Amino acid sequence: MLSVKNNHPTEFQDELIAQFDEIVKRYPEGRQKSALLPILHAVQAAFGWLSVDAMDKVAAYLEIEPIEVYEVATFYTMFFLQPQGKYVLEVCRTGPCCLVGAERIMKHIEHRLGVKENEVTPDGLFSWRGIECIAACGMGPVLQIGPTYTYYENLTEESVDQLIEELKSK
Amino acid sequence: MADNEKLKVSIDGIQVEVAPGTTILNAARQIGGDIVPPAMCYYSKLQGSGGKCRTCLVKVSKGSEKDPRPMPKLVASCRTTVMDGMEVQNITSNEVLEARKGVVEMLLINHPLDCPICDQAGECHLQDLGFEHGAAATRYEFERRTFERIDIGDKIQLHMTRCILCYRCVFVADQLTDKRVHGVLGRGDAAEISTYIEKAIDNNFSGNVIDVCPVGALTDKTFRFKNRVWFTKPVDAHRDCPDCAGKVTLWYKGEEVLRVTARKDQYGEVEAFICNTCRFDKKQTSDWVIEGPRKVAHTSVISANHYETLKPLPVVKENPKLQEANKYQFERSVRL
Amino acid sequence: MARKLLLEHVHIPGINTFEVYRQKGGYRAAEKALRTLSPEDVVEEVKKSGLRGRGGAGFPTGMKWSFLAKPEGVPRYLVCNADESEPGTFKDRYLMTHIPHALIEGMIVASYALGANTSYIYVRGEMMPQIRILERAIEEAKAAGFLGTNILGSGYNLELYVQPGGGAYICGEETALLESLEGKRGNPRIKPPFPAVAGLYNCPTVVNNVESIAATVPVLNIGGEEYAKIGIERSTGTKLISASGNINKPGVYEIELGLPVEEFIYSDEYCGGITKGKRLKAVVAGGSSVPILPANLILKTAKGDNRLMTYESLADGGFASGTMLGSGGFIVFDEDQCIVRNTWNFARFYHHESCGQCSPCREGTGWMEKVLHRLEHGHGKMSDIDLLVDVSKKIEGNTICPLGDAAAWPVASAIRHFRDEFEWHVTHGEEAQIRNFGLAHYADPLTVES
Repeated sequence: MLSVKNNHPTEFQDELIAQFDEIVKRYPEGRQKSALLPILHAVQAAFGWLSVDAMDKVAAYLEIEPIEVYEVATFYTMFFLQPQGKYVLEVCRTGPCCLVGAERIMKHIEHRLGVKENEVTPDGLFSWRGIECIAACGMGPVLQIGPTYTYYENLTEESVDQLIEELKSK
Repeated sequence: MADNEKLKVSIDGIQVEVAPGTTILNAARQIGGDIVPPAMCYYSKLQGSGGKCRTCLVKVSKGSEKDPRPMPKLVASCRTTVMDGMEVQNITSNEVLEARKGVVEMLLINHPLDCPICDQAGECHLQDLGFEHGAAATRYEFERRTFERIDIGDKIQLHMTRCILCYRCVFVADQLTDKRVHGVLGRGDAAEISTYIEKAIDNNFSGNVIDVCPVGALTDKTFRFKNRVWFTKPVDAHRDCPDCAGKVTLWYKGEEVLRVTARKDQYGEVEAFICNTCRFDKKQTSDWVIEGPRKVAHTSVISANHYETLKPLPVVKENPKLQEANKYQFERSVRL
Repeated sequence: MARKLLLEHVHIPGINTFEVYRQKGGYRAAEKALRTLSPEDVVEEVKKSGLRGRGGAGFPTGMKWSFLAKPEGVPRYLVCNADESEPGTFKDRYLMTHIPHALIEGMIVASYALGANTSYIYVRGEMMPQIRILERAIEEAKAAGFLGTNILGSGYNLELYVQPGGGAYICGEETALLESLEGKRGNPRIKPPFPAVAGLYNCPTVVNNVESIAATVPVLNIGGEEYAKIGIERSTGTKLISASGNINKPGVYEIELGLPVEEFIYSDEYCGGITKGKRLKAVVAGGSSVPILPANLILKTAKGDNRLMTYESLADGGFASGTMLGSGGFIVFDEDQCIVRNTWNFARFYHHESCGQCSPCREGTGWMEKVLHRLEHGHGKMSDIDLLVDVSKKIEGNTICPLGDAAAWPVASAIRHFRDEFEWHVTHGEEAQIRNFGLAHYADPLTVES
């Protein structure tokens, strides 16, 4: 059940607001709500997730009701409504990737990170989850990491280990 | 096309002439009776409602006089407008009845079926729908979806487990109140009516979400567990209200007004929306001008406990012994 | 070598830049349209080409364009559907990554034909790298005078923007996409009205798939009639096929429609055969939504003809023994794959992606997933199989949008063609946890009731 009691104060920096201003220009007068998805992406890229306070501030910026932002943020699965690890490993779990070993890769990640799906590692660096098809079926198994959504394709246990090590040493 | 031009449409073989722009459902309502498709999400007074529950699906066996081809799929009668010469099948089509049975089953697989303790029981559209169109037993063997009950404000309770996601309450908030604080959150079968953060729905017209809710998902907390609706007596009344038309139905138990609702027609739709002051704060008979008993369809369970007249069975009249035994009943029928 | 119209230059270094794309003959179609053709001429040319929507439905693109309402003083919009999410399909990502200007040029041609002065490319949110690629391509095209005001002195103005989605398969449905582009939940609209009359911001709108839009470039370059000569019957031109699963060379291939399926799977030019020399078990030919076919039926029709990669040939036999070309997501299953597990996987996908608006899909997709989960994990009952067929029928055709059908078809077809494998999961529940059913001789589908 979706019910949030805590609030997490969020300050938008001027650069972020400037980014919003650019986005809103793409739409006709009075249709600024169209900017909601790109703006939520920008906010998530800046903070790693969407707090209630952040969403309320987006609503105020776009001159819409906060519930309109919650409705959208809870519909689209890319938006995180809880804090995540610094790197969220999102592994495709849909049919074509499973034909070439995605389930094995997910098990390996779970074992390697020592946390279950949607949990954060104690050092705060990683969380992981299975997601539905990300249109890379020919390069499966595949995972993506936000906020740039870089793809890591043709995964093997070894390449996953290497990736995790690289991210750790960043 | 001239404004006063009428379109001919036939529904289950019954002809009716309607104005352009009329939906199949409303054309059927003009005919009335059992050929009217059930509607769980459509609400004529809420713009944009309908199309979602799929209980009103019908078959268009002839598109129009101009283009007589049948429509390839069943259509939602609440959102499909009639064309001149259109022929529609509702209860005369097995395909429709079968599909409707399927929809009812879908609506019920995750419903808690807690009618014995639900305040909506007796005036619940899902109950009626299940009775008329549903199967005798469920084929669903998994755990049902549940949600915590929450209060949205001190007068309204949201029991999401019972919700069928008709969106009517969202339309009410959008169209009747100045600020919507609840909506549909989440996706798929995890979608729910919610305020996301705990928030009271605080608006003088918010109580209408109770009246438009076809099930017991949004109920009046001031009436909670007070009585079964069929033991209460509906009486039409009005008052001079600065905010709304002030035309309501008072639901009495003895001398006491247990709840106030808007007046509902045979399709369960309110005649006029009412304000929260009328609904929650005016529960004295002295607040109101009484008009008389609310006519409730004789098929409704609510009519069960208030026959206007009692007609003794013919066999009683002819038998002196039975007449004596039923003396008090006869006296009562005269009193009534 | 088959003729390549979209991917001819894909391996040329720098083809993702304006400069190289232009050197290789890029933006000739845009020039031709804006300098020498009227918008009506462009529509006519696309009609002549017989080009059909490459997103899945296969509706003729030119005809779709001609349906666009054109009321005075109301803006019209072209929206490109780049929400590529159909499992098995990754051609649009490939095209946008490697030849972004093919899409930009197509957007110019199509927007001009439709009289749209603002157009959007709605790209699924997960494709942030492609969004950046497209944004850069737009900047380049604008700097070169192919976007903006008075393009090539024609008096025609066009602004092009890229819009990200947020992770929702349903936004590939055109009206859900428009809702999403308006900043709302991706709930499909109830039709009518259709987007051609009331689409984006309630204005007349055309929504086309990436590949359909890109294909208008070669259509103008070689001419509609010439384009229509490629392919067979009503399947004209070339098509991008995304090949995945247990094949030696997964990837995106441009084929001339009409290529035999067998050649596509086994030829070294394309998939290069099944991995490790295993045998073919089944194919999902057009993305996860279309009916799965066992090996014998994907290679030959029930009548015994060679199955071809065309809209018509793949559909031959209807749903009893045929399937659909769909979006061209070609998923190959070798003999080691479990059909029950894959069906459960797809059912989970549709359950996850149902928007939840209408009851048959919201409730039915979850129900099917649960029953399939039980079957796959060895706890199913024989009656579950018929129950699944019945639930799929209760969803199919009764929903607001085609996601209901898309969820029902894979389940219904898997049971139609692989019923003995489902039954084996019931009778051999424990064994099914250890090994797969493998490749059995499946009954002749024509003798099985449809």
